[in-house]
Amino acid sequence: MSGNDFFALTPLLLLAGSSVLIMLLIAIKLSHRVIQLSSLFLFAVAFSSLFFIQKLLPYHIEPLLIMDGFSVFIMGLIIFSSLVVNILSYIYFEEKEDSPKEYYVLLFLCTLGACVLAVSKHFISLFLGLEILTVGLYALIAYLRERHHNIEAGIKYLVLAAFSSAFLLFGMALIYLQTGSMEFSMIARSLTSLQSLSPLFLTGLGMMLVGVGFKLAVVPFHMWTADVYQGAPAPVTAFIATASKGGVFAVLFRFFIMIDGFRFKVVMLILIGIAIASMIIGNLLAVQQKNVKRILAYSSIAHLGYLLVAFMPGSMMSIKAVSFYLIAYFMTTLTAFGIVTILSNKETDAEDIESYKALFWQHPVLACIFSSSLLSLAGIPLTVGFVGKFYILAAGLQAGLWVTALILVISSVIGLYYYLRIITIMFAGQKSILSEEKKANPFFYRVSIIALSVLTLLIIWLGVYPSVVISFMEYFRLK
Amino acid sequence: MILVYLIGILMGGGLLALMLGQWNKNLSRWIALCALSTGFIALLFFWIDQYRTINIHLSNPWMIDYRHDWIPLFGISFHLGIDGLSLLLLVLTFFLGILAVLCSWNDVKERVGFYYFNLLWILAGISGVFMAMDLFLFYFFWEMMLIPMYFLIGIWGSENRVYAAYKFFIFTQASGLLMLLAIIGLYFIHGRNTGIYTFNYFELLGTAISPGIAFWLMLGFMIAFVVKLPIVPFHTWLPDAHSEAPTAGSLILAGLLLKTGAYGILRFVLPLFPQAARELAPWAMLFGVIGIIYGAILAYSQTDLKRLVAYTSVSHMGFVILGIFAFNELALQGVVMQLVTHAISTGALFIMAGMLKERLHTRDINHMGGLWTEMPQMGAIAMLFAMASLGLPGLGNFIAEFLILVGAFKANVLLTIIATIGLIFSAIYSLRIVQKVFLGPSERQDPVHDFSFREIMVMAALTLSIVWLGLYPQPVINTVKPMINKLEYIFPIENKNTQKENHQATPLNAHQYRVKKQE
Repeated sequence: MSGNDFFALTPLLLLAGSSVLIMLLIAIKLSHRVIQLSSLFLFAVAFSSLFFIQKLLPYHIEPLLIMDGFSVFIMGLIIFSSLVVNILSYIYFEEKEDSPKEYYVLLFLCTLGACVLAVSKHFISLFLGLEILTVGLYALIAYLRERHHNIEAGIKYLVLAAFSSAFLLFGMALIYLQTGSMEFSMIARSLTSLQSLSPLFLTGLGMMLVGVGFKLAVVPFHMWTADVYQGAPAPVTAFIATASKGGVFAVLFRFFIMIDGFRFKVVMLILIGIAIASMIIGNLLAVQQKNVKRILAYSSIAHLGYLLVAFMPGSMMSIKAVSFYLIAYFMTTLTAFGIVTILSNKETDAEDIESYKALFWQHPVLACIFSSSLLSLAGIPLTVGFVGKFYILAAGLQAGLWVTALILVISSVIGLYYYLRIITIMFAGQKSILSEEKKANPFFYRVSIIALSVLTLLIIWLGVYPSVVISFMEYFRLK
Repeated sequence: MILVYLIGILMGGGLLALMLGQWNKNLSRWIALCALSTGFIALLFFWIDQYRTINIHLSNPWMIDYRHDWIPLFGISFHLGIDGLSLLLLVLTFFLGILAVLCSWNDVKERVGFYYFNLLWILAGISGVFMAMDLFLFYFFWEMMLIPMYFLIGIWGSENRVYAAYKFFIFTQASGLLMLLAIIGLYFIHGRNTGIYTFNYFELLGTAISPGIAFWLMLGFMIAFVVKLPIVPFHTWLPDAHSEAPTAGSLILAGLLLKTGAYGILRFVLPLFPQAARELAPWAMLFGVIGIIYGAILAYSQTDLKRLVAYTSVSHMGFVILGIFAFNELALQGVVMQLVTHAISTGALFIMAGMLKERLHTRDINHMGGLWTEMPQMGAIAMLFAMASLGLPGLGNFIAEFLILVGAFKANVLLTIIATIGLIFSAIYSLRIVQKVFLGPSERQDPVHDFSFREIMVMAALTLSIVWLGLYPQPVINTVKPMINKLEYIFPIENKNTQKENHQATPLNAHQYRVKKQE
């Protein structure tokens, strides 16, 4: 390994090192506050290191990893969302656990896993990243072990994730058997001459899709989502919804672009089916829910469906559309779960939809933040979600995917109903049932609100003036 | 730049009202009023200024144009421009905006700052819709007015407000998204034809589209506009939204929001897809006539005063669609007149319904009756606007409906005759309002007070304008004439035999009008 290799790997090394460092800090019995602040600092360092490696790009670390504009961008999103989750975690865990310090170690490891996914171009690194991510998540989901929902969610995720990993591995093995390589570009080379896929490769690809589909929670592999979202601590849910899915989606996207999987009809049909089913079923199931975390869970299924619509054309436009939509989705989801986190109390998370009643008249700032994130999820103009949806529709229609675009439109109208329902409840009534309790840590409480306000401003700013980010994405190439 | 300021003053005023409303409720009322008045006066001056030169440059209807790059990578620009039609509707927007502020002055007591914020942002969205010359920007404004309207209905409405707000939002949002699909489709077709990817309205005009696709794209636009307008199968949101909204909300819904639909058809559907529009014309006219009759019949059978007025809107908007798809100058002039006069007359009826609700705490006309003795002023004004609504000569609506019918007669005799029957129905339901509410025996014990000074001012403004439009509509006709001539130019086939009339259309209008008045 050359010096340049190390330099290019700085963000990953920093994340890995941070987890060890935090572990050492815990060993010398520092307080929760110190641990939290230092991990915040380390996340910030890891995030800023991304800017330093810009000039190296694109950089290949053969045969496993690739650092290019897209992967650094995804890493940036992942580390940024971990940073936000980290900020939110303090007030959440401080009042629920005696010393929730190991939480931060796990958070670093999960972030590392997601980042490895984002930069991998080889099955080995893919699997490695996925396992680092998932194993960390088992513990994170079940972190509040006093609550029985948490344990249930943890076990559920453990079983299904292990199950899906097995599928993924078997699929990889079959593809290796067919092509003789595990590196994306080599697989692509062995496919170039083929007009249609061999049954063996197709089976392998199908099994990989099952595995990845579980992680992404697209229909029909979505059964775990609502329970895990509901059971996991709110900040962890935010992490699952953003960083973990973002990393997996990025690697899937890279794989498909590199092997040019879009030219095979069967694969396309499967993808279209998954996308349509996710959009419709995700939105329909959310309509029935009375639990905000579950609503957001089902809405995230639908959003992954939207992302797949942008994914399928496999064009230059789809790279940009996917990247932009991921920004929009990350920011809005983080904001929404941030509000859930802030409003949660010692015993329960603020997940019952009734507990948001009259929030606007009691905490106008929080209600405005939540409303704008929900409106952004619904894709209403003035928010980044609208530009994202516009981008997706543009990418889809450019490739002539009229049917999927139409279904996207129809299902997002269904989606509108439940987002509006939450908003309506926040504006209804006079008295909030959330007690005006004293927050244990007014300082961190305020910091969390400021962080969410900044995110909200970003949501609106990018909704009005997206060209800054769009021009930045001009140079993303995946091949 | 004046166009940007117009939107800016509304949005800025809204934010200011929201922030200062925390401390002083009266302050946000005054801020809203000042913002709207400033805009209104500026627009009036602009109109007077333009009016002198308006008929000199008949070939170019555009008065003012402002363009600034917004998202250049997509060919999206912040492009505002107005012609006579936009100007007229903008003046209407600010006029009704002022009245909306005035009529909710004492009505709204809670969360005043947020109320005026929503009100001003709706108006900003509507103004934007009337000005946007970039299809992306147009969609942006089109959607932007929905959220504040949703809040206005959902927070300050009456009992069944949440349901009405949902219904309104989902209907308009769903149809709007279909329009977005059509816009993006048009964008790519134009881009592939010419290599220039842009949402600029002027460049998209005259895009060569194969007829099959053009028809579908046109339907995408059409669905958004006819839901807003509304025409009959898509009207079900309207009675709910109108009757549950607060008074100012109903006023804006009936007076302005419905107009955005008609404006969209005139501005986008006809010029962008002339051929497809021509194919659709017989069906559109048929649905217009169905709307006229159906709306009138349902209006007659309502007992809720606001719902009654809401259904009369359905009926009146049927005339609009009938006139638009007749594709000739007379009918189109009538359509524009109808947009303005309907806004005023129906707005006035909604305001009075709101006043009655405030006094009697009911909207059920079976619980009213005999109010004339106690409220002679309101009775007289209500009589006037009921007459306007049924199309009495001398009031604006008559000119509008007369022109539409004359124009439509050239296009389709049978449908026009059926539509004329609608006028008889409108006489029946209008007189029923007066008879049920103001005449007959009074059952009430406790006294109700007549107009206050503020209410007199509101009604006086409306009365003056409807009478003015009835007696001297020429300013309106002249203002939109260049735009309508341009529009007519796109549909030469229908007008081949009427070419000669076009050149003397204005004197003809005036002449017909004079003849009719003498009757």
